[in-house]
Amino acid sequence: MPRAEIEALISTAARMRQVGERRIKKVPTLRGRLVVSLFFENSTRTRTSFELAAKRLSADTLSFNVSTSSTAKGETLMDTARNIHAMQPDCIVIRHASAGAPALLARSFPFSVINAGDGINEHPSQALLDMLTMSDHWGALDGRTVAIVGDVQHSRVARSNIFGLATMGARVVVAGPGTMCRRELAALPVTRRHTIDEVVGEADAIMMLRIQRERLGKAMLPSAREYAAFYGLDLDRLQRARPEVLVMHPGPINRGVEIGAEVADGGRSVILDQVTNGIAVRMALLYHLLGREGPVDEG
Amino acid sequence: MNVVWTREQLDEGVKRLASQLVTTLVGVPRWALVGIRDGGVPLADELADEVERLGARRPDRGDVDITLYRDDLYTGLEKPVLGDTDLPFPVTGCGIVLVDDVLFTGRTVRAAMGEVWDFGRPDFIKLVVLVDRGHRELPVAADLVALSLHTRKSDRVTVDWDRREVRVEPGAG
Repeated sequence: MPRAEIEALISTAARMRQVGERRIKKVPTLRGRLVVSLFFENSTRTRTSFELAAKRLSADTLSFNVSTSSTAKGETLMDTARNIHAMQPDCIVIRHASAGAPALLARSFPFSVINAGDGINEHPSQALLDMLTMSDHWGALDGRTVAIVGDVQHSRVARSNIFGLATMGARVVVAGPGTMCRRELAALPVTRRHTIDEVVGEADAIMMLRIQRERLGKAMLPSAREYAAFYGLDLDRLQRARPEVLVMHPGPINRGVEIGAEVADGGRSVILDQVTNGIAVRMALLYHLLGREGPVDEG
Repeated sequence: MNVVWTREQLDEGVKRLASQLVTTLVGVPRWALVGIRDGGVPLADELADEVERLGARRPDRGDVDITLYRDDLYTGLEKPVLGDTDLPFPVTGCGIVLVDDVLFTGRTVRAAMGEVWDFGRPDFIKLVVLVDRGHRELPVAADLVALSLHTRKSDRVTVDWDRREVRVEPGAG
């Protein structure tokens, strides 16, 4: 995504946020449009965030719960999409375990497709809301240093942020266990460090990634306690950070594992701002994708 | 391009609107000037100054950006299209005076009324415009008008606040 598009979305999102502060938290912009959310992986906050964004713009929303739908009976992604297409949606918000599934739908159908996370590939709306949160504090992102700590290798949040932040002129440093922060990352525009202590001091923002507990106790990670000791952001480590550092996390957080409770709830944490900004960024995405083109009336 | 109103006429027109406003709203406990972005904002600012100069209490000021309420939504990523809506006073129980530079089809006013309504229940809404150029497409009328113009629908009417003049550019139709 080019820089001008990211800037337009961030600026629109900042305006959209004001809608949430009104008495009536709803504008009529997308009245009569249908936004379908199709989540093949569990998600509470991303799905509800998109749905709330659509509702605030007065679009109709329909949520397919895939575990109870025909997919569980063996229907393919394309057949599911054909059936949804027959319902004449304007936009599908999709999360899928396979990288490229949203791109496949976008190529195959006339409706707009928003990627709400595809495998270990990308999660663009998360990166946009993270960049909105940073730009609230800094203005331009140029020249800033953002540390991403944790399972960078398997994190679509990290990948989208790395691409987005590089486009916006920020520097990204990553740190994590060797199994989660491998040498292949050198292909991306990042600087790789081995320990969290190396990145804490240089960062303007520290983004902690969620450790997927299903990976714990297996080959990648011995235990939650060990992970917390080597890669967790606790108060001791935060004291070595810049005083104005932003502490971020895409949620849901594992308290006491990748982030200490007192850090997550502390004064440098912007984790709940990220949630609020998530709705605004998704409103901006829907607005730019679904707004009908036409001449501007001058009256 | 025709200059139909010059600096002196525009100054005079704004003063006249302010004085009519004060007369119309005498006895109203609380009212606000709300500019419709972008054209209505400079006029609302000037009216607030003039009202104060006339010895009346300075009204509250706010602005609305009606982009999200348009019926002809145009978008494109190439330009950020949203402006700020800022109504920094309680709308409920307040008299709202919407202000725009040019009244044309009436669609913008309809959208602005819808937006104000989402902030509260105003006691009333009035409409003040500098120029009424006709060609209404909705049953909308201004309460106060400084200049009524006969135009063709394809003409372009511009209020230039920097040069302080009103111009009509003949359209192709």
